[in-house]
Formats: sequence, structure tokens, C-alpha cells
Amino acid sequence: MATEFKHKDIIALRDLNKDEIELLISTAESMREVNSRSIKKVPTLRGKTIINLFYESSTRTRTSFEIAGKRLSADTVNIAPSNSSATKGETLSDTALNLLAMKPDIIVMRHAVSGSHYYLSKKVGCSIINAGDGAHEHPSQGLLDMLTIKDRFGRLDGLKVAIVGDITHSRVARSDIQGLTKMGSSIYLAGPPTMMPPGVERLGNVTVCGTMKEAIADADVVIMLRIQQERQGKTLMPNAREYSRYFGLNPENLKWAKPDAMVMHPGPINRGVELSSYVADGGQSHVLKQVENGVAVRMAMLYHVCGGELE
Amino acid sequence: MNLLIKGGRVIDPSQGIDDTLDVVVENGRVKEIGKGLAAPAGAETIDASGRYVVPGLIDMHVHLRDPGLEYKEDIVSGTRAAVAGGFTSVACMPNTKPAIDNKAVASYIINKAKTEGFCNVFPVGTITQAMHGDRLAEMGELKEAGCVAVSDDGKPVKNSELMRRALEYANGMGILVISHAEELELVGEGVMNEGFTATELGLKGIPRVAEDIATAREIMLAEYVGAPVHIAHVSTAGSVRIIREAKARGVKVTCETAPHYFTLTDDAVRGYNTNAKMNPPLREAADVAAIKQGLKDGTIDCIATDHAPHHLDEKDLEFNEAMNGIIGLETSLPLSLGLVREGAISLQQLVEKMSCNPSKILGVDRGTFKAGSVADITVIDPDKAWTVEADQLASKSKNSPWLGERMTGAAAATVVAGKVVFSGR
Repeated sequence: MATEFKHKDIIALRDLNKDEIELLISTAESMREVNSRSIKKVPTLRGKTIINLFYESSTRTRTSFEIAGKRLSADTVNIAPSNSSATKGETLSDTALNLLAMKPDIIVMRHAVSGSHYYLSKKVGCSIINAGDGAHEHPSQGLLDMLTIKDRFGRLDGLKVAIVGDITHSRVARSDIQGLTKMGSSIYLAGPPTMMPPGVERLGNVTVCGTMKEAIADADVVIMLRIQQERQGKTLMPNAREYSRYFGLNPENLKWAKPDAMVMHPGPINRGVELSSYVADGGQSHVLKQVENGVAVRMAMLYHVCGGELE
Repeated sequence: MNLLIKGGRVIDPSQGIDDTLDVVVENGRVKEIGKGLAAPAGAETIDASGRYVVPGLIDMHVHLRDPGLEYKEDIVSGTRAAVAGGFTSVACMPNTKPAIDNKAVASYIINKAKTEGFCNVFPVGTITQAMHGDRLAEMGELKEAGCVAVSDDGKPVKNSELMRRALEYANGMGILVISHAEELELVGEGVMNEGFTATELGLKGIPRVAEDIATAREIMLAEYVGAPVHIAHVSTAGSVRIIREAKARGVKVTCETAPHYFTLTDDAVRGYNTNAKMNPPLREAADVAAIKQGLKDGTIDCIATDHAPHHLDEKDLEFNEAMNGIIGLETSLPLSLGLVREGAISLQQLVEKMSCNPSKILGVDRGTFKAGSVADITVIDPDKAWTVEADQLASKSKNSPWLGERMTGAAAATVVAGKVVFSGR
């Protein structure tokens, strides 16, 4: 039975139900076939215009959305305003309304302020896709993580998923928690208490662990988050060296997880800090598979917000 | 101005009065309270049956934005909003442009309020020059000019030594210090209360302890130098407890809370609602309960609104970009009456916290119906049902979290010095 995708926007996995998430993942699975062709293009979104509006710098997500749009034959335009502050430049609302006057079908936006996409959605009639908002959500990353996990295990329920790092500032963690909880898996979080937001266990099927060992013990999946010196500032941890010692993943502590556990990372990796190169480049790493799946997932998202009509 | 306010439930806690009585006003002053009183010559009669008749309400914490920020509010629109909300007096905070840190600005406000305003305006001067937090303002002259207190409201006095000296100096000048209690390092870049809602919305949190530590510091300094201090906009259970303990051991501390802290939780921020963004932020259910308990047991002396008008352009933004603050003058009375309806406080307590106590704390001769006192009177229709609508609000700004909500209770008449300045919505 086909699920209908009724959302104009995709802003947060919190807003989607299990069926809708499954639909996006299964569409992404079928999109992968396009990506393996020698001529990687289908006419699905021919004549549609997609604006990638990136207020925060991004290489992989923006490129991935751009390639996804192009493979579906949409016209894609990238815009990177120099700042996102209403006090310094044009307001988000004005920028969006000006872009809207050029009749785009979809705006894919990344913005530093959590919730900006809901604000934008009230202002404009076109579809909005969230490519990351503050510390709120990063739904395409959550979906591509789930697709990558499903590729490995053939299912998304009953898995133990460890997420290690700065949960407070992580939109990836929030989307993973929202999505994987809805699909029936259990999340175990680890990180310094300075990076663990209050009440996070109420976000889903979440257990907050005191140590990294507790979180990754017998885990099926270990998701390591990027530690960002500019975000964590001076007060959340002593330095990268000590962080790495207690919350970095290396071949030794990876043995605590199940023997066939998969390792993921949203990138870019700080090699030697949260992830040792031996693990990042080792046999259990699915990091590049995540990137590959990212294109398919974003094709599925673009396709469904356009109403899922086939040319 | 002569008036007869007939047959209302007159509540005057300053004299222990709560009875169905008439109030006679002659030449702008209360002449007599009693049963079956006759109207003085040329008096207007207000039928107050089914209404409460109370000493004029005083909001000791508003931002009138005049001078300098008149695009948000000015003395005319702000006092119009005040009387529509049943207030006969407001104390206006000094974070104007320029700040109320000298006699000239204070005099400008007092004069404009007298000539163009609808109610009494008592200016609050600054603690430090230009609110820069490094030199004391001319508190002596500010008091002479008519300021009723000093405050750097909007930001704390960071330097503890300076705050100590401010308390000592102000005490010597006989002027009250009102503290905006906030530890800025703990607030950091926080934009809402730290808790589950902030975690879910991915917004940076402001921990309660940022307020609690600052409240404790002010109390310790006031206790050390033996001076009074008033804590503005109390929002946390911790601050209530700290103030309660300080009062019990005799520290001269008073405080206020605002209606949003006893009616809303940080759930109101959901949907990234910038009209639920203010500082201190909306807290959680346990704090709301503690605020109500503090009001009931007398720890919290006053209900003040922290009326903070902002232009639509300053609120219709991404959450982090929007300014802090909401308007409150026109919704304070019905929301506070809600506390009486739910049994959290008595009607007498409401009148104390909205009239008698702020009057005493600021040292103004209001908050009573004693014979000969200025006839500032609020006649309240406790059952009036109405809807908060932007175009019906007298304030220039419409940044209220209650837009579209139903309210019960409103001012039926607002009387300032015997003159009816508002006669119902």
C-alpha cells in the first residue's frame, strides 16, 4: 500500500511519521539505480527550479543537494549570502521573498538559527527543505544515516545505536534520534556532561550513558559526531587530546561494540580526535557509503516535496 | 474633579476594608468611604455594582521607550495602554535613548507625562552613567528630579564592588535600587530557558542558576551594607527560595514577578514563537508553581508587567534574532485575576501586590483610599470577557503572547486624581 507524502516541506524528522520516513527511504533506494547508470539523469523534475540557500558554509551537503537536483533534471542555483544577520544585511524574510518572486519550486536552506525554516515556511509558498538549522535538525543526514544502516542490516528496528560526542550542539544527533526512534531502534548517548542537553532522554528511545564504553557496548551502530573547537569553545572540554582519550573511537574501544558493528560519521572528520584514521578507513567504516547514499536520499526528498509526480 | 462611585465592592487593604461601599471624591482627592453616601455638587456618578473598586493599580516596571525609541512606544501611547489596563501609575525604566541618567531626561519624562499622558509616570533613573556599568549616576539629582528608584534594568551591574557602592550610595540618598539580576557569563548566547524544550527545539538555553546566583549576590550585598534592594522580574523557583530565606532573616529585600511567569511555561516558545521570547525567559511548571507559592506566602511583593514594546520588525524574525520582551499593561489585570479565580491568592493580596506594595516600595503616596489621599481609583469588572486583538490594543507595539486569547476581567473605569481617564473596553 502506497503511503502518500503530504508535506510541502521537510524541516524535521520530528514532523514525519514512520510511514513517511519509510517512504522516503524506499524512494531513495530506487533512486540509487539512477546513480549507477552511465548517463546519470532522469527527467523527473525537468522544468523545476531549486535554490540552494546556504547561510552556513557547506561542501558536502550543498554539493549533494545540487547533484541530486541535477540528476532529476531540475535547474539548481546556489546562493551563499555573506551573513545571516538581519542587523547587518537583508532580513531572511526579504531575501526569501525576493527569491520567491523568481518562482522557485524548492528552496533548500541551511541556516545557523534553529527553527528558521518554520519561519521561512510561513513567508513563502514554495517547498522548503532543511539542510541543517542550528542545533535543531538535519533531516537529510538522518535519512541517509538510516538508509546506510538499512543497507547493512536490512532493517531499522531492534538495533542498538550509539551516538558519541557533543549532543547539545548536534542537529545530526537530533535527527538521528527522531528517525531511529520512530523506526524502532534504541539510542545510547555518550559524551562529556558539558555536551549533554537536559531532558535529551525524553526525545525518543534514548539512554544517556556515563561512559563511552557503556554506550558502545554491544552496539550495532556507532555514530561519532564531529567535535568542533569553534562550537565547544573554551569551557566544554580541556582540549582535543583529553577528549580523544575518553570519547574518541579507535580500534581498541571499537572492540566493545558487536564484532560486525558499523561506524558512521557525518563528516568532516577530525582525524585523531573523535575518530582514529584506523577506524575511519577500516573495514567497519561506512563513512563514504553515507556520502554516496546522501545523493539518493536528497533526490527522494526533492521528488516527494514536488508532489511525487513523475514526468 | 468630583465623583461618586456607588455600590461597588471596595477593597482597600491599607485600611482593612472589604465591603460594599460608596466612594466620594472631591477636588481630585478621596473625601469619604461609606454606605449610602450622597454625591457632592457637580459630581459624576459611576455605578459600580458588581464591580471591584480598588486603589489605583501601579505597575512598577514598564518600558515607555520615550525618549529615543518612540517607534516602539511613547509616553502618550504607553500611558493610554496603562489606563486601558487599569493602571493609574507606572514606573518607567531608564533604558531609553538617552538613558534616564540625569535630571534633564527625568524632567522631560515627568513634564511630558503631566501634559500629554493619561496616568502618573514615575521615572526610574539609572544606577550607572549611560548604563555602562562603570560610574555611579547622579542619584541625588535623579531623586530630586522625581525619580522613584534607580536601575540598570535590561542588564545587570556586573561589577560587584560597584553594586555594593550603588546600594550604599542610593541608601544614603534615600532612593531604592532595583536589580536586574542576571549573571551574563552563565546566560552566554542563550535565547530561552535551558530545559527539555530548548533541547528539542535546538535552541541555546539560559540556566535558572544565572538568575539565582545574581539574586543571591544582590541579597548578600544588601545585607552586608544594610541597604534595601528590590529584585525585578523574578522567574525561578531558586530566586523565590533565596528571597524567602533572606526575608526571614530580616534582609530588606523586596521583589516583583510578571504575569507571564505565573501563567506560561517555556512550552509557549514551541513553534519558535518570538512573542514568547523575553529575559528572563519563560521557565517550567515547577517554577510557575514556586512563583505562585511566593505570591501567596508574601515572598513576592508585587506583580509588575515588564511591559516591553518592540516593533514588528524586531519580532518578526528568526528566533535568535528577535528582541527580548513582551507588552503586558493591557493583559496584566485579567491574568492576575486568574490567580484569584484559581485560589492561588486572595483578592486582597491582588490589590496589595498591584497597588499597596509597589506604592510603599517606591515611596509614592498612592495605594490607599484614606481620606485626603489622591483619588487614583481602578474600577474592575471581574467578569468582563474579551479577546486580545492587536488592533484593539492601545500600545503602539503588539508583541503579546496572548494575541487571539480570551481574557476574563478588565478595568471598567480608571480614575486618576479624580478624573475618569478610561471607561471600559
